[in-house]
Amino acid sequence: MPQVATAASFRDFCGTVGARIGIIRRKYKVAPGIYAVGTPGSESPVLVTANYKLSFDALRLQLCGVDAWLLVLDTRGINVWCAAGKGTLSTEEVIRSVEHSRLALVVSHRELVLPQLAATGVTAQDVKRGCGFQVFFGPIRAADIPTYLQQGNQCNETMREVTFTLPERAVLIPVELFLLAKPLLITLALMFVLSGIGPSLFSLNAALHRGLTLLTATLLGIFGGAVLTPLLLPWLPCRQFWIKGVLAGLAAAVISWLLPAARYSLPEQLALFLWMITLSSYLAMNFTGSTPFTSPSGVEYEMRRGIPVQIAATCLTIVLWVGSPFF
Amino acid sequence: MHGYRYIEGTATLQVDLQRCVACGLCAEVCPHRIFALSAEGLEVKDYDLCMECGACARNCPVQAITVSPGVGCAAALLAPLVNRLLGRKVLSGCC
Repeated sequence: MPQVATAASFRDFCGTVGARIGIIRRKYKVAPGIYAVGTPGSESPVLVTANYKLSFDALRLQLCGVDAWLLVLDTRGINVWCAAGKGTLSTEEVIRSVEHSRLALVVSHRELVLPQLAATGVTAQDVKRGCGFQVFFGPIRAADIPTYLQQGNQCNETMREVTFTLPERAVLIPVELFLLAKPLLITLALMFVLSGIGPSLFSLNAALHRGLTLLTATLLGIFGGAVLTPLLLPWLPCRQFWIKGVLAGLAAAVISWLLPAARYSLPEQLALFLWMITLSSYLAMNFTGSTPFTSPSGVEYEMRRGIPVQIAATCLTIVLWVGSPFF
Repeated sequence: MHGYRYIEGTATLQVDLQRCVACGLCAEVCPHRIFALSAEGLEVKDYDLCMECGACARNCPVQAITVSPGVGCAAALLAPLVNRLLGRKVLSGCC
């Protein structure tokens, strides 16, 4: 049985940074199966988790002084809650893992402790029926596991409620930005082409100068939607994220007015202004996927309102920006 | 969850209290603590706090809870359209 440490190594630290930035996120996995923490015996508890290395680390690093078995499911390298929502952390996967790992030969009891958030994908009664193991839904956060075990598999109310604190939001920003790199490069090429169009058909000089300004506006829009929105989320007025993004975009737009963008013509200023706000609005709407409180029905509701506005504003931006050299 | 509320009146959560056997499993698994169990039975404290994760409905032994579950993510909801436009099968990049 592989033994795992309860302290982080330098390599774990680098891996966490790489996964949080996004570079190695999709392949940051551990092998599914049973692992030992401390010196577990046949009576020791079985803690179940996903095989995303960040989830695995989040659990094992909290288990200093605990003797337990870890049953790592094959969730294709996806975290507990997302995998439960997408169906890879399921009743069937729990049963399959219990049988495949021959857990019944390792422990004498018939109990599994699953993270509470796994309940989205796992039906406790069906696991019992399928493999004889009774499922206990433990706390949401791994940090509460030692207390949970000490209290005899009992959770306090706070252990069962999700939170979305400033550090929890801030840590998501690098991935948001990383995922934008590819679309940004494609947009960048388009922006330089659009910026060069003028009375003389195409001006390379204008493409570079105006293109650079448009790039600055784009970066500020990204700052509004993917940095300011997550940071200021509870304080931005309005429930709908696309409107929160407009407000965050406005804040970013004000910054740009302190930059040389103000020396452009009025239609161009308007185009830049609109673009920053629209981009910020769109990215803020996308941030719904990273929060722990937005319902799909609500997201659909706001997309039906936000997307038409965003499309209209983008069209107007293009007309103003491309048209301004002709005005 | 203090400090956060999403759009009112959109969540699809429905609870059939006639059917409920007050086992308390929904109250246990709900990450937004919207169920309360007392001597009188189950009570839904606030429907608007529901994020439609589906944990309660999945674990209800008598199917008293219905909710249209899913991930509240704009990118995921746009994925079928984007994939059709780009001729892809799966959304790449996201979670």
